[in-house]
Amino acid sequence: MSSPSVAPSAPGAPSATVPLAPLRPRSHARRKAVDGLIKASAWVAASFGIAVMLLIVYEVIRRGAAAIDWAFFTELPPVVGEDGGGLGNALLGTLVITIVAALIALPMGFFGGIWLAEFGRNGRIATGVRMIANVNMGIPSIIVGVFVFAILVEPLQHYSGAAGSIALAFIMLPVMARTTEDILNLVPNELRESALAMGVPRWRVTMGVIIRAARSGLITGAVLATVRVAGETAPLLFTALSSPYWLDGLFGPEGFFGGPTANLTKTIYDFSGMPYERMQELAWGGALVIIVTVLTLNIVMRLIFQRGKEW
Amino acid sequence: MSTLGLEVRARAGPPRGAAEAASRRHRRFGDPAFHVITLACGLMVAVAMVTLAGVLIYNSWTAIQELGLGFLTTVAWSPSSGSYGALAALAGTALTTLVAMVIAVPLALVIALLLTELVPPGLARVLGTAVEMLAAIPSIIFGMWGLFVLVPFMQERFVPWITESWLGELPLLSPGATFQGGGFSILTAGLVLAVMVLPFITAFSRDVLLMVPRVTKEAGYGMGSTTWEVLRKISLRYALSGIVGATFIGLGRALGETMAVAYLVGGNFIAAPHSLFDPGTTVASLIALQFSEATTKLDTSALIYMGLVLFIITMVFQVLAHFWLRRARRMAGGRA
Repeated sequence: MSSPSVAPSAPGAPSATVPLAPLRPRSHARRKAVDGLIKASAWVAASFGIAVMLLIVYEVIRRGAAAIDWAFFTELPPVVGEDGGGLGNALLGTLVITIVAALIALPMGFFGGIWLAEFGRNGRIATGVRMIANVNMGIPSIIVGVFVFAILVEPLQHYSGAAGSIALAFIMLPVMARTTEDILNLVPNELRESALAMGVPRWRVTMGVIIRAARSGLITGAVLATVRVAGETAPLLFTALSSPYWLDGLFGPEGFFGGPTANLTKTIYDFSGMPYERMQELAWGGALVIIVTVLTLNIVMRLIFQRGKEW
Repeated sequence: MSTLGLEVRARAGPPRGAAEAASRRHRRFGDPAFHVITLACGLMVAVAMVTLAGVLIYNSWTAIQELGLGFLTTVAWSPSSGSYGALAALAGTALTTLVAMVIAVPLALVIALLLTELVPPGLARVLGTAVEMLAAIPSIIFGMWGLFVLVPFMQERFVPWITESWLGELPLLSPGATFQGGGFSILTAGLVLAVMVLPFITAFSRDVLLMVPRVTKEAGYGMGSTTWEVLRKISLRYALSGIVGATFIGLGRALGETMAVAYLVGGNFIAAPHSLFDPGTTVASLIALQFSEATTKLDTSALIYMGLVLFIITMVFQVLAHFWLRRARRMAGGRA
């Protein structure tokens, strides 16, 4: 997720004026009591929030662990009502769809972010692009699914993994652009100025000096953006759809461009609604794989980013 | 320093003109090319969004002409009987979002206050990371958890407990005509939405509260204020517009959430819910669940029309959030 960048306040920046509340005498005991009450409720609320999160993670681990074995990663789902099988095809499909989406969106978002941070800055066009990117990050992912359905699936008359990739890329693009911009803005201006002062052309300053200084943040941003879309379901509903088969080749009916492609999230959605125990178990297994991947990558990337802040 | 390429050349002592010529060549071709490439990518972000809006309008044109604005005031979505309406879905969206925000915003605020003021920095970092982790969990997992854990609890414990007590007489709490036990209901969907948007609002509010200048708060403490007084009279006033912005972001998420709601809200496309315990639908989950049922061109077009409506609603909230957050940042003396 992206959070608003906390810009260091410039010296001499106007501080906001806080209107003064009229002075009224209050008893010390009452003030202390109110203070204590608020602190206590804050603790209760925070414990509640953390408890819900732990409860969800616990539930996924408890129910999902039973489904995880070698076959889970290597086999096709069983015929409805039967035992055994796995989600191998869905895992492979999600991997391929996500990687292709990343290959489309990450470079474009990266260069777009460079433009916003290094060239566009506070100009009128950049402000507009930035605002559109922010708005774009907030549009419901199902709408992106509908959009890709309208431009690709309907005209071509078939669902495909590639259409799913396009939908995910669409969601990643503004995220990557804004993350890149935010991170490049953290690089001190002195670094730019000293490189430029040595007579280095602008593009080499950016690619060789600025990017190098910001690389750990950029890698973190790229990975987190990718992980985020990997867990999306709604954009795939009308694009990649789902398939009980392995992804096979490119243009055939089971190919990446040619037909519906199995993916983890849609499969979880379908299976968890089925009244068969084995299907539900597989769905929980899939959920466990997602949660473990998301949490591990988030933690690892955070550590890398922390360590990499060397400027 | 090898990336700069200049130092090495200078030490090797080639004629001075060579380096300069190379650098001039870079400036003539390299820089403009780089500028154009990055500009193109930057504009792509905007072009993509405009294209999306255009495609939505183009593809919903059949339905817009056929149904007009009456689409928004017709209740039932029932293409088989010729009724194309978005009102039930809009009502469901408003109700689920309302439930989510009423629960999530106060909780998020106190957690953000706790993280910025009350907890020692080390613990605050751990808790803050935990909150951000929760934000990273995909919505389908919340949906599944809701389906297998929350729905049975609501159906067997919570809803009977409410409806059989005097609370069941109150408006919004008395079961309506479509009541089906309350497991799959507006309330269940709203609760899961609350859990989902909580980390977002918390994280944004915390960032805004961290922008309150330390000196201002210390001045408050120096005058003998209690922690709560500093929070209420200094931090919250300072951060108010940012918190409003954070709320809008959370609101946008709740409005557009598809999967978690599709699992839990019950899928009643015909009637608007009369109480929180009634099954309903939302715009996003209706699109998700009905898209594969669409048979005629008008069906699909009407669903895309519904997508367009949702797009416009969320865009309005995003734009509002954008301006509020920008204002907050400007007030805090940061870069807009």
